Amino acid sequence: MSVLDRLDRLDRRWIFLAMFVAVAAPILYIGVTGRTLPEKVTSTSRAVYEAIEATPEGSRVLFAFDFDPASAGELQPMATDLMRHCAARKLRIVCIALWPLGNNLAEETIANVIGADFPHMRDGVDFVNLGFQSGQQQVMTVLTTNFRKGFPVDERGRDTADLPILQGVKTVADFPLLVDVGAGYPGAKEWVQYVVTGLKGSMRMVAGTTGVSTPQLFPYYPDQLAGILAGIKGAAEYEMLVNEGLGGAPAAKYMEAQRRMGPQLSGHLLLVGLIVLGNVIHFRRSRGGQA
Amino acid sequence: MHEERIALAAWMLGIALATIIFVMRSRRGKPPVIRRIAALEAVDDAVGRATEMGRPVLFVPGIMDMDDIQTVAGVTMLGRVARTAAEYDAVVQVPTSRSLVMEAARDAVQAACLTAGRPEAYQADRIHYVSDEQFAYVAHVTGAMIRERPAACFLMGSFYGESLILAETGNSVGAIQIAGTGESSQLPFFVAACDYTLIGEEFFVASAGGPAGLGAVAGCREDLRDDVHRGGHGAGHGGRALARAGVALRVA
Amino acid sequence: MIARRVVPMAIAIVAGLVMAVSYFVRSIEWMGEAAADVFNVIAAIAFVLGAGSLLKANLSAISRRDRGWGYAAVTLAAFLITLVVGMAKIGVNPSPDAPQAAWSGSQQTAGTPFGWIYEFILSPLTATMFALLAFYVASAAFRAFRAKNTAAVLLLVTAFVVLLGRTYAGVVLTDWMPAWASGLRLENLSSYVMAVFGTAGNRAIMIGIALGVAATGLRILLGLDRSWLGGGGSA
Repeated sequence: MSVLDRLDRLDRRWIFLAMFVAVAAPILYIGVTGRTLPEKVTSTSRAVYEAIEATPEGSRVLFAFDFDPASAGELQPMATDLMRHCAARKLRIVCIALWPLGNNLAEETIANVIGADFPHMRDGVDFVNLGFQSGQQQVMTVLTTNFRKGFPVDERGRDTADLPILQGVKTVADFPLLVDVGAGYPGAKEWVQYVVTGLKGSMRMVAGTTGVSTPQLFPYYPDQLAGILAGIKGAAEYEMLVNEGLGGAPAAKYMEAQRRMGPQLSGHLLLVGLIVLGNVIHFRRSRGGQA
Repeated sequence: MHEERIALAAWMLGIALATIIFVMRSRRGKPPVIRRIAALEAVDDAVGRATEMGRPVLFVPGIMDMDDIQTVAGVTMLGRVARTAAEYDAVVQVPTSRSLVMEAARDAVQAACLTAGRPEAYQADRIHYVSDEQFAYVAHVTGAMIRERPAACFLMGSFYGESLILAETGNSVGAIQIAGTGESSQLPFFVAACDYTLIGEEFFVASAGGPAGLGAVAGCREDLRDDVHRGGHGAGHGGRALARAGVALRVA
Repeated sequence: MIARRVVPMAIAIVAGLVMAVSYFVRSIEWMGEAAADVFNVIAAIAFVLGAGSLLKANLSAISRRDRGWGYAAVTLAAFLITLVVGMAKIGVNPSPDAPQAAWSGSQQTAGTPFGWIYEFILSPLTATMFALLAFYVASAAFRAFRAKNTAAVLLLVTAFVVLLGRTYAGVVLTDWMPAWASGLRLENLSSYVMAVFGTAGNRAIMIGIALGVAATGLRILLGLDRSWLGGGGSA
C-alpha cells in the first residue's frame, strides 16, 4: 500500500490526536508564559465597544444570558468583559436568562466581576439578576408590552415592582441598551426579530455569539444590531479595547479571550494543513487514474 | 392595533392569499412545477439499502419542540420514511429530545404503517424520548449509531451545535445520510458530511408532499419579490404560533 | 374520527388564528399569551411522558442485556439521583426571606448538592461534548474539502482566507502589504468575505427558509397539512 493510500485511509483518530496536540500545546505555552497574540480590531467589535461607551452613565442595560455551559468556552470570556465594561461605565445592569442554565452563568459572572471588582454596586439598585424565564421568544414579546409580567420576581424571589433598579420600567423599551450573549435559539436573532426591530431605534442592541452563528447576524448589522462580537476572535478584540480603555494591568480573568486565540491559531493552521494534504492526495490519485 | 406591525400584517395577508390561489390552482389540475430534488429520490434507496443489509434506519427529528415548524416538517418526513420502511420491512429507530415530539412521531409512524398495509410493523418502543438536554441527547444518539450501525441516517429538523457531531458519526459507521434543516448556520456541516442535504426551503418543499402542499409553497414564492424576509417572518410567526398551539392541544 | 382528527384540527386552526391575530391587535394580546401559556403547561406535563419513556427504554435495555446496557444503567442512575436531589431540595438551606420554610431556598445555589451536580458534572460534560466539534471539524475538513470542480475550488480559497484571516496568522502573512492594498490583507479580506459574500448568501437562504416556514405554517392553518395528526400527508 502506497503512502498516499495510507494517508487517504488514515484512521480519523490520528486526526483527532493531531487536533488535541494543536490545541493543548498553545494552552500550556500561554499558561506558562502568559504571552498572548495581538489582535487587529474589526469594525463590528469596535462598534460594540463604542455602543457601550456612548450609553450615558447611570443608564439601565438589559443583559441577556442566552447560552449554557456547552458554549461557555467561547462565550463566557465575552460575557465577563461585557459585564466589566458596563460596570466600569457605571451602567445599571439587569441580567435575565431565556436559557435555563443561563441563569447559573449569570450568577457566576456577577460573582466574578461585580462581586470581586465592583463591591460598591448594590444588588437591586445598581445590578440585579432576574433569573430564568421559560417561554423563549414569547417572553420577549411579553417584555415589549409589560416588563414586570415577564419577570414578576427576581432570582432571589423579590417582587420586581419593589426593586429600585426597575423603577420607571414599563416595557423593554425603557432600556436604552440590550446586551445579548447568545449561543442559538432563542438568542440574538430572536431579540432582533421580536423586540429591537419593532422599537425602531429607541433601543440599541449589541450581541456576542458563537463563531458559527455569527453569519446569520450580519444581515442585521448595523441597523438593528449596533455591534457584534463574532466568536472568540471578536471577544479577544473587544477585550483588548476594554483593557486599553480601563488601563492598568488586567487580571487573568480579563485576558481569557486573548489567551484562547492561541489554540484558535494552531487549530486553524492544522485545518489548513489537513485540507492541503487532502487535496494533494486527491490530485495525485486523480492523475494516477485512481480517483 | 399595533400600528408598527400593519405592514407586516399586509405581507401576511398577501402570502395567505397567494397560498390559497395556488392551492386552488393545484386542485384544479395545475400544480406548480417543482424541480427534482435528489435527496428526496434517495429516500427509497437509503431505506432499501438498510433492508438489504439487515440494519436499522435512524431518524433524528432535530432537537426542538413541536412549536418549531422545522420539527413539524421533520415529523412529516418521518411519516414518509416510515411508510417506505414498512413496505420494505425495515426497522426505523427514532430517538427524540422532546416528549411532545415523541408522541407526534409515534402517531406519524403508526399512521404510516397503516397506510403501508402493515400495521403490525409499528413498534412504539422504537420511538423513545432521551433528554431535553442538547448534548445528553447527542451522546445517546451517537452511542446508538456506534453500537447499532444504522445503514441509513435521516437528520431532519432543527439542529444546532450537534449537527456535525451527528453527521460525522453517521459517516464513520458507513451510513447513507440524508439531512434537511432550515438552520442556515448548520447547513455547511450537513453539506460537508452527508450524502444528500435538503437546503432551507427544499426541506419544506420536500415535506409539502401533495399538490395542495406544493401549491402553498408556490404561493409563497410567487407573492414575494422584494422584502420577502420581513413578510415571511411575519407569516412564519403566525404559522409558528399556530403549530405551537395546535400541536400541543392535539397531543394533550 | 371526529375525536382524533376533526376536533384537534379545529382547535389548531382556532388557536393558531387567535395567536396570529393577537400579534397584531393589542386588545386580544392576552389571548395569544394565554394560548402560549397553555402550550408551556402541556409541554411541562409531557415531561412525565418523557420520563416514562426514558425509564421504560432503559429498563428494557438492561433486562435484555442489550449492547451497551451499562450505559442505560448509568442513565437511569443519573436520572433518578438528579430527580430526587432536585425535587426534594436535598441540602438546600432556607431562603433568608422565609427562614421558617425549609424548602424555600433555591436548588441552584452554589454549594448545594444540586448546584454541585450542575457545576462538577453537567457543566464539564456538556462543555466536553461541544468541544468534540473541533475534532469532527478537522476530520470533516480532511475528508470533504476536495477541489473537485470550480465551485469547490472557490469554496477552498474562501475557507483558507477565513481560516487564516480570523487568527494572527493573517496578520503575519500579509501585514507587509502597503496601505493602498490593505483591503487585500487577510484579516480585512476575511471580514469582507463574511460581511459581503457571506451576508448575501445568508440573506438568500434566510429568505428561502422564511418562505418555507410561512408555507408550512399556512398549510397547517388552512388544514391542508394533517401529517402532524398522524395519518396522511397533505390534502
